[in-house]
Amino acid sequence: MINLQEVIETNKMIEQENLDVRTITMGISLLDCADNDLTVTCEKIYNKIVLLARDLVKTGEDIAKEFGIPIVNKRISVTPISLVGSACCRTPGDYVQIAKTLDKAAKEVGVNFLGGYSAIVSKGMTKSDELLIRSIPMSLACTERICSSINVGSTKTGINMDAVRLMGDIIKQTAEETKDADSLGCAKLVVLCNAPDDNPFMAGAFHGVSEADAIINVGVSGPGVVKYALEQMDAQSQMSNVKCEMSNVGCELANFELLCETIKRTAFKITRVGQLVAQEASRRLGVPFGIIDLSLAPTPAIGDSVADILKCIGVEHPGAPGTTAALALLNDQVKKGGVMASSYVGGLSGAFIPVSEDQGMIEAVETGALTIEKLEAMTCVCSVGLDMIAIPGDTPATTIAGIIADESAIGMVNQKTTAVRIIPVVGKTVGDTVEFGGLLGYAPIMPVNTFSCQRFVDRGGRIPAPIHSFKN
Amino acid sequence: MTKAIITVVGKDTVGIIAKVCTYLADNGINILDISQTIVQEFFNMMMIVDLTKSVKAFNVLSDELAKLGEDTGVQVKCQLEDIFDKMHRI
Repeated sequence: MINLQEVIETNKMIEQENLDVRTITMGISLLDCADNDLTVTCEKIYNKIVLLARDLVKTGEDIAKEFGIPIVNKRISVTPISLVGSACCRTPGDYVQIAKTLDKAAKEVGVNFLGGYSAIVSKGMTKSDELLIRSIPMSLACTERICSSINVGSTKTGINMDAVRLMGDIIKQTAEETKDADSLGCAKLVVLCNAPDDNPFMAGAFHGVSEADAIINVGVSGPGVVKYALEQMDAQSQMSNVKCEMSNVGCELANFELLCETIKRTAFKITRVGQLVAQEASRRLGVPFGIIDLSLAPTPAIGDSVADILKCIGVEHPGAPGTTAALALLNDQVKKGGVMASSYVGGLSGAFIPVSEDQGMIEAVETGALTIEKLEAMTCVCSVGLDMIAIPGDTPATTIAGIIADESAIGMVNQKTTAVRIIPVVGKTVGDTVEFGGLLGYAPIMPVNTFSCQRFVDRGGRIPAPIHSFKN
Repeated sequence: MTKAIITVVGKDTVGIIAKVCTYLADNGINILDISQTIVQEFFNMMMIVDLTKSVKAFNVLSDELAKLGEDTGVQVKCQLEDIFDKMHRI
């Protein structure tokens, strides 16, 4: 039987260390909503989402109450809209109509974000894909809850450089269209390489074509819990060494073996809670359980930071030498602990290192410890990529395309997901700060390398798949 | 059997257990186990209860227990047992 200490430990994680389930995301296939009439398509989309997800928010709240664990977000991901709209959309404006329909449906069922305003163009763009991409600036400007993602490359197909170049322009236009809100539209737009079909986290969530009609995916979190466990571990190691307490020189810190064990154990506990919530949500909604995404996702709240874990591991600020190794270790141990705790693992599964959503990362940028170049190196070993980074509003579209190409290349060669979600904030430059509010946080504008890559990104065509993708 | 864990945390005062137990008895909830400890003058109690014959729905119970705690100056939480079981037992 459960004992008092165990109960106290769990509740302390929830109350003091920000343990929560970050999101329950219902994936909904909209393939059966396609029609050659735009009005009919919109009607079908709205009806299907409202029918399947009408109890999602209430179920999430019930589970949160009964188990005493906060479930922060209830969200929806849908089939990439470029597929659903291909039969009826003739102009970018037609796609905007679908975006508005999705936004209306999201508001009706009460979810805070709906992802899947997407196109998968890793090898080539159809006419429909291109129309959707060109509609993004307007769609994100006139909707509130829609998230958009474009997959521009994969290990199997290489990188579609035409799409990369186009996305440079689209990001700039989105920033311009939403300039009154500090270019907030770009915070809901992500460019991916090797995008997973079952990711529950925004802005990159969409319901891939390999998925069932509807599915429940859950994203767990808990950087605060990991940080606390590491602090306890070091405190105990120091206590067991009296000499250390007296001199504070040559402290006997816990070694890597103990460090890894501690992270693994904590990740296991966090993930078990996610698994429980996922199974309950799936049972109550009558929708099959898909995957648990084992990600350490930070929020701007104090004590809910991945950067703080890196500091606990031993770097003064993220960005200091050693950061990439520390992050690699953290990411790997989270997976090792989490995999055993869940029956199905998927999505992005790794530590997130967004800048604006993590107080410790913001501080690292402000103190000058962390640059975009170091962040790029860090993305080689963790799940996502250049995430929630504010850059000067006058950054050229070609430079943004270059940044996307670099990040995609890392993903393509390392057979992992990478992404770019950067915000060229109109009218702001290095030294300014931008406030997005809520879970999106605030960010200092980071300097970008100003040397040109125009000749490179303007070449057109695609970068071939790497040699190690030929496994057949 | 639907099992829940009720935790009471707060400053030690006279009659905390009595109040919670009376409430549970009035609502047909059977107590399976009680353990308590005092950590740094803070009262920590845990009860494992059986909700099968509860006359009230979980949501109502949970809210009323929280309210009862507020009136006494302690924090009372009611959670289904599964969350602890899943986290601490393989």
